[in-house]
Amino acid sequence: MKQTLKTVPLSAWIGILGISLCVFAALFAPWISPYDPNQILGDPWAERSPEYLLGLDNLGRDLLSRLIWGTRMTLFVATVATVIAFSMGVILSLVAAVMRGVVDIGLSRLNDLLMSIPTLIFALIVLSALPQTLGVLIMVMAVLDATRVFRLGRALAMDLVAMEFVEAVRLRGEGTLWIVFKEVLPNAMTPLLAEFGLRLAFAVLFISTLSFLGLGIQPPTPDWGGMVKDNKDGIIFGVSAALVPGMAIAVLTVSINLVVDWLLKRTSSLKGGRGDG
Amino acid sequence: MADPETLRPETLLSVRGLRIGATAYPPGEAPRDIEIVKGIDFDLSKGRVLGLIGESGAGKSTIGLAALAYGRGGVRITGGEVRLEGTDILALGKKGVRALRGARVCYVSQSAAASFNPAQRLGDQVIEATLHHGLATRKEALARAAHLFRLLSLPDPDSFGDRFPHQVSGGQLQRAMTAMALCPEPDLIVFDEPTTALDVTTQIEVLAAIKAAIEETHTAALYITHDLAVVAQVADDIMVLRHGETVEYGPTRQIIEAPTQDYTRNLVNVRSIRHAEAPDQSGQFLRLSGINAFYGSFQVLHDVSLHVPRGQTLAIVGESGSGKSTLARVACGLLPPASGEISFDGAPLPRTLKKRTREQLRRMQMIYQMADTAMNPRQTVGQIIGRAVTFYSGKRGAARRARVIELLDQIELGEAYLDRYPAELSGGQKQRVAIARALAAEPELILCDEPTSALDPLVADGILKLLLKLQAEKGLSYVFITHDIAIVRAIADSVAVMHRGRLVRFGPKSQVLAPPFDDYTALLLASVPEMELGWLEKVLARRRA
Repeated sequence: MKQTLKTVPLSAWIGILGISLCVFAALFAPWISPYDPNQILGDPWAERSPEYLLGLDNLGRDLLSRLIWGTRMTLFVATVATVIAFSMGVILSLVAAVMRGVVDIGLSRLNDLLMSIPTLIFALIVLSALPQTLGVLIMVMAVLDATRVFRLGRALAMDLVAMEFVEAVRLRGEGTLWIVFKEVLPNAMTPLLAEFGLRLAFAVLFISTLSFLGLGIQPPTPDWGGMVKDNKDGIIFGVSAALVPGMAIAVLTVSINLVVDWLLKRTSSLKGGRGDG
Repeated sequence: MADPETLRPETLLSVRGLRIGATAYPPGEAPRDIEIVKGIDFDLSKGRVLGLIGESGAGKSTIGLAALAYGRGGVRITGGEVRLEGTDILALGKKGVRALRGARVCYVSQSAAASFNPAQRLGDQVIEATLHHGLATRKEALARAAHLFRLLSLPDPDSFGDRFPHQVSGGQLQRAMTAMALCPEPDLIVFDEPTTALDVTTQIEVLAAIKAAIEETHTAALYITHDLAVVAQVADDIMVLRHGETVEYGPTRQIIEAPTQDYTRNLVNVRSIRHAEAPDQSGQFLRLSGINAFYGSFQVLHDVSLHVPRGQTLAIVGESGSGKSTLARVACGLLPPASGEISFDGAPLPRTLKKRTREQLRRMQMIYQMADTAMNPRQTVGQIIGRAVTFYSGKRGAARRARVIELLDQIELGEAYLDRYPAELSGGQKQRVAIARALAAEPELILCDEPTSALDPLVADGILKLLLKLQAEKGLSYVFITHDIAIVRAIADSVAVMHRGRLVRFGPKSQVLAPPFDDYTALLLASVPEMELGWLEKVLARRRA
C-alpha cells in the first residue's frame, strides 16, 4: 500500500482533494451550511459580505448554503444513477458475451436502439411524459448511461471469453453465472472501475443539464444545475451568482477525470506487467 | 578490461564484463533491482557466427540487443564494454547509436509477422534502413534486395518486393526479414530465435537460407536460440548461458561432442526418456470415426478416424494448421463435428458440450499449451484446483483443502504453493498446476494440447516424466498433441500423423516411425534437427538428390 501511495501523481492528488471536498460538503451539509438553503435573508443578488460569503441569490437566499446543500443533491443523484447504470450495464453485457447467440443479439440490438436516439432528447421526452419524481429521474439517467457501460463491458468480456481459462471452465461444465461473476468480472474490473468514474462525471453534467432545463431536480430543492438556471438572468446585470455553481460543476468533473486518468494509466501498465512499451 | 590495442585486427565485436540490470516488480512485494546478465565476455571475428544458447531467462536476447546498444523495456546496461571495431558503442551518444543501428549492426527478430508493417510492401521495408542511412540509391538498394531474395531462395526474386506481408508465408517473411538485415551490408547481424516460431519443415529451409546468406556476404552474426541442435548447424562457436552467466564457451564441435559442464551435457542429451510401446493396442477407449469438421465454411478435418486404448498414449503430430488441435476440440465437445461419431468407453458421446453430462465431462480433461492463458490470473492456485475438486466431488472446507494439497504433492509442488497466483509461478510450475486441475476431476483420459512446446527443454522433460508417472499410477490415457517428433518417440504408444486436416498415417509407434514412409511423414521426420554437425548439409544434399 505504501508503494501505491508513493506512485500517485500530483494531478491525481488534486483530483482526490476536489472529490473529497465535495463528498465532505454533501455528507455534512446540515452542520456546515451557515443558513437554511430556502430561507430568504435579504435583497436579491446582494453583494458578498462577511455575513454572506458568496452573496445572495435571485430570491435573496444564501448562495453558500444552497451550494453546500446542492452538492448533496447533485452528488446523490449522480452516484445512485451511475451505480444502477453500472450494475445493469456490466451484468447484462457479461451475460451477453458469455451466452452469445440469441441473448447476445437481442441485448446488443436493444442497446443499439437506445443509443441511436440522442440521449438528451430521449431524456427530455421521457421525463416530460412521466411524473417528475426523484426515482423516475434516477432510473431514466441510469438506463441511458447503462447503454455506454454495456458497450464497454461487452467488448472487454468478448476478449476474456475467448481466453483459454474460460474455455477450461466451460469444459468443466460450469454455468453461465459462475463464468460471469468468477472468471470474467474479476478480470474486467480495473478498466470497468475507471469507466465508472468517467460515467460519474458525465452523470454530474447530465443531471445539471436536466435541472437547468427544468426537468431535473425540482425547486425549491437546491442543486447545481437549478442554481445556474435561477441566477442566469443576473449575468446580464453583472451579477456573478450563476458562475458559482458552474464552477462547482467544473471542479467536480475535472477532479473525477484527473483520478480516472491515473487509474487508466495504472490499468494499462498492469497489462504490460512492467510498464513496457 | 582489455586494451583495444591488444585486440587482434580481425576482431569485430568484443564484449568485456557486460552487466545488464532491470527493476523487477514481483506481485505484492516492493520493486527490487535484479541483474539479468552478470559479466559476459566474448569476441566475434568478421565472418564468424557465435551461437548464444540457454533457457528462457538466461539473458541471451538481452545480450544480443546489447550489441545494438539497446536495452528493451526498462532494461539497463549497467557495466562493461561492447566494442565494435575498437569503439565502445555503449559510450556513443544517441546520435552515434542511431548511425550504427540498421547500418552496421542489424537485427532479425523471432516473429517477423509482428515486425513488418502490414500496410507497406516488403521491398520498401527491406530497403528502408539502407536508404535512411544513405548507403545506396534507391535503384541500387532495390537491385541488392532482389539479389538477396534470390540468395535466400525466395520465389520470383525480382517481383517479391512488390508483395505485402500478408501475401507471403511465415517462413518467407522470416527470410524477407533476413534480407532486410543484410541489405545495408552490415558488419554484424543479431538473429534472435529466427526459426523458433516456424514449423520444422519450414525451419529447415529458413535455416539453410540464413546459412547460405551468411557465408556469401561474410557478415558476422550472433545467433540466439534455445535449440542446441539448430545452433549446431550454423554457428562456429557456441556460448552456453544460464542465469546471465557463461556456463561454457567454445567451438561448436567441442560443445556438441565433448561438453565439459554438466548443464551442457544435459542440454545435449535432453529427451532421455524412453517409453516402451504397449503390445496390445486393439482397445478403443476413446474412438473417433469419420470425423468431418468445419470452421464456418472451411473444412478443417476430413474423414478422420482413430482410437486410443485404455491406459495408453496416442500422439498426434503435424505442423501448425494440420488440424491436430481441432481434433482435440472435437473430442472434448468444443467444436461439434459436422459428421462422424465419438465414443468413450464403449458408449456414444454427444457431439456438443451442452449435451454431455457432468460425469462425461469429468472423465475427459484437457491441458493447454499456454498455461498462462489457461488459468484465471485473479485466482490463487488453491482456488484454481479447489474449484475443480468441489465441482466434481462436492468436497468443501477442510476436505477440499486436504485434496488440493494431495494433488499439489502429486505434481511435486507441495502445500507452499496453495496461495500463490499464476503470475508468481514459472512456466513449468504453471503447467504442473494445470495438470493438477485436470487430475482434480479424477479423469480417465487427458487431452494434452502441446503442453510442453512453450517450455524450455529441461523443464519440458520434467513435465513429460510427471505425465508418464501419473499414467503408470492411475492408468490414465493420453491424447498428446505435439509437433515434436522427439516427444513422440519418448512417450507414445500409438501415433497419428496429420497433414492439412487429413490423417496421413496411424498405428503403433514402431510401425508409424519406421519405413516404408509416405512422402509427408518422410519429410517431417527428415526435418527434425539432430544434434550432429553437418546434419543440415546432409539433409539438403539428400533432398536435392
